[in-house]
Amino acid sequence: MEAHRHIPPIEKYGKNLGGTGRFGKAAIMASSKGSRLRGKPLRFGGDRIFEYTVMGVATLTLALVWLLVVRMVLDAQLSIERFGFGFLIGGDWDPNRDVYGALPFIFGTLMTTGIAVLIGVPLSIGIATYLSELAPPWLKGPLSFVVELLAAVPSVIYGLWAMYALRPVMVDTVEPFFQSVLGWTPLFQGDPVGLDKFTAGIILAIMIIPTIASVSKEAMMAVPDSQREAALSIGATRYETTRIAVLTYARSGIFGACILGLGRAVGETMAVTMTIGNANRVSWSLLDPGQTMASLIANNWGEAQGLQLSALIEVGLVLFVIALLVNAFARIMVGRFMSRVPATGGGL
Amino acid sequence: MNTYEYRKLKNTLASGLALACVILALIPLVYILAGVVMKGAPALSWEFLTNRTVGTGEPGEGIGNAIVGTLLLVFYASMIGLPVGILTGIYVSEYGNNKFGSTVRFFNDVLANFPSIVVGLLAYALVVAYLNVGFSLIAGSVALSIIMIPIVANTTEEALRMVPNSLREGALALGVARWRTVLKVMLVSGRAGIVTGALLAIARIAGETAPLLLTAFYSSYWSISPTEPIASLPLTIFRNYNSPSEVLLQQAWGAALVLIIIVLMLNIGVRLFMRQKTKKSKAVRMRWMTRLSRKD
Amino acid sequence: MDDKIVTKGLNAYFGDVHAVKGIDIRIPKNAITAIIGPSGCGKSTLIRCMNRMHEVVRGARVTGEVLLDGRDIYGSQMDPVLVRTKVGMVFQKPNPFPTMSIYDNVVAGMRLNGEKDWKRLDATVERSLKLAALWDEVKHQLDASGVSISGGQQQRLCIARALAVQPEALLLDEPCSALDPIATAKIEDLLFDLKDKYTIVIVTHNMQQAARVADFTAFMYMGELIEFGVTKKIFENPDKELTEKYITGRFG
Repeated sequence: MEAHRHIPPIEKYGKNLGGTGRFGKAAIMASSKGSRLRGKPLRFGGDRIFEYTVMGVATLTLALVWLLVVRMVLDAQLSIERFGFGFLIGGDWDPNRDVYGALPFIFGTLMTTGIAVLIGVPLSIGIATYLSELAPPWLKGPLSFVVELLAAVPSVIYGLWAMYALRPVMVDTVEPFFQSVLGWTPLFQGDPVGLDKFTAGIILAIMIIPTIASVSKEAMMAVPDSQREAALSIGATRYETTRIAVLTYARSGIFGACILGLGRAVGETMAVTMTIGNANRVSWSLLDPGQTMASLIANNWGEAQGLQLSALIEVGLVLFVIALLVNAFARIMVGRFMSRVPATGGGL
Repeated sequence: MNTYEYRKLKNTLASGLALACVILALIPLVYILAGVVMKGAPALSWEFLTNRTVGTGEPGEGIGNAIVGTLLLVFYASMIGLPVGILTGIYVSEYGNNKFGSTVRFFNDVLANFPSIVVGLLAYALVVAYLNVGFSLIAGSVALSIIMIPIVANTTEEALRMVPNSLREGALALGVARWRTVLKVMLVSGRAGIVTGALLAIARIAGETAPLLLTAFYSSYWSISPTEPIASLPLTIFRNYNSPSEVLLQQAWGAALVLIIIVLMLNIGVRLFMRQKTKKSKAVRMRWMTRLSRKD
Repeated sequence: MDDKIVTKGLNAYFGDVHAVKGIDIRIPKNAITAIIGPSGCGKSTLIRCMNRMHEVVRGARVTGEVLLDGRDIYGSQMDPVLVRTKVGMVFQKPNPFPTMSIYDNVVAGMRLNGEKDWKRLDATVERSLKLAALWDEVKHQLDASGVSISGGQQQRLCIARALAVQPEALLLDEPCSALDPIATAKIEDLLFDLKDKYTIVIVTHNMQQAARVADFTAFMYMGELIEFGVTKKIFENPDKELTEKYITGRFG
């Protein structure tokens, strides 16, 4: 505290920051060493070591990503050379004949992700709206926390629960219902067994809700009150205010949130593996078992070798690229809201 | 019904719908927690927590080795992941306002959103295959640390970003070396944020299954060797979730209960801790300023 | 002269903070009334009670009566949504909807009421923008975004938007404080033209503006109404000493 008491008021120095006194020197040092806001810092001794150490470690992150990707590409070489681009549209996955194609799994991923987004997005926006606009102040914090808690539950526990609690409901109630109403479409053919793309899609929806809801909520809360006041002042109801002033203003953030959720759904492994039924073929019916890229790898890892192993790694590569593109796109749309995404996703 | 009444109706319906969405989302949460507690609790006993998994379905099995396995995996993963993550976070926050820093930040975000099975693939490719260690504790830990690093880096960067610049500038103006400033700032003001970030990352990797499937595999024995496969709680659940054996199924539920208790306690604990910490008084901040300037 | 808005024993609170204390004021019809006073005296809060915007803030509440043409807008049967279409408001900082065009901004209120006939909408846009003295400047760019125009134009757009729902009274909360003198002058001019059809209440921290524009002036201090009267009298020969002190610049 002594140092503070001796600092004379700034007027005494005026523009003469280069003074010879103790504080003049300090001022030079301050502006040269600089807070991270000002220009290039001079480096002295210990500073240099520290900075380079830290920078070196940070470089590790970069190096890591590159290293691992390269490694993966190398391991997938066998399969890449064998099947070329046909891999992506090949519909056969047959270890017996050593023929592999990724189409059934790209398809499965698309279907389950599609259902997840179809169900998850409206629910999430509803939740975000409630948390941002309608909830009483004392409820906002705790309720947001509880919604985020959904993200903390490990994926494998979701799978376990889906097996014993969700599946009976699907088999007994939900799937027969959809079949009776939409059974004439190719989407609902076959017998409801419960372990199929539909169930997997639903559990995925539950899992991506916390992501989409919390990022959307942040986007909506960032809308300035003046916008809401503008709507209210021309006689809008609460709902109309939210519609014309909040949701429109926040729409790019909300859209980004949805893409983020999509990205999570694409990469989700365990809960899907445990509910999708493990069938390696293309099928349009949601009630048929299927396989996603992620669940394929999870299901077949133990015994795979040689060409099959290489093919599995290539599927992993395809998954990686898709997840990368989706998440990069999401990042552009959401910007720095990314840091508020619940990082506690308990295992994909 | 005229327009005005119609609008009022839409308003009421919309509000109700929003609330319904919230309730709908909370139902699975409550259902899952209740289910795990109810199905898992009967399995819990001292023997259960200390016996090892055998896998035959004979009574007397336990998840002791799985608990130890998870603890070891998390421990080794943190040994790698925490330092790398924190230092990366420091770099990006304190020195990273340039192109390189943005690149690191970008790669961090990319890493954070890797599907975890792909992380498993990568760790497999590197440790299990290339370094020829085989399925092992160390491979699993590497995989988990890869997941940890971006989370810890992000939360560290956030925590340091929240520290007001006046603290740094004040210290620098008093002639404290840059690196000391960063260290002190980190250790003192940023401490809470960094710790919570680390705990959340631990909660996250404790529940990871997919990467372990490809790297640590599983073991029914009490092995703690880094180069041998090892059991873990999430994999115990995965192995037994559709087992016809009552005993093994019970094992899965019991493991689920233990796992969810760990994860929830970490998450709720962190949240309560954060709530306390945000009530720092100005006097305490002044005290930090002096600590920063002392050249001990 | 009739009174458009009359308050009786109006008290407004933000939680425990008593911002408006027992105010009885009579706003005359088809005239411009200015409310002046030092910062924090409660003038914004007062007018926000006149169109039930005050209660939008969490923890805010109101006691007393506010009569619009004799009916208490805080009556148990009264819907704030309807009140706000009758009493419009323009805010300190212009707030047009950025995702909507100029055209859409003006007719936003009408669309909420279900108006779809583009002929009527077109007519409203022209009429409102003319009343707000903005028509000539933007008539060729009605599709442009509401925020692509200058600050002064945005504020006039907000006035047009408020007028489009055909209110009976218009409340303006320091509408020119974010604007340059030329833009301010444009708005003051249009207020003169509006008062034939509308009752106008303007809150201002700029005494010269009140003197220029208002027929009647109310002086507030610390939540209380100190004096109310014809503008000329307030500025040249106020009854209360406090009023005189404020007018002559001895505080605030």
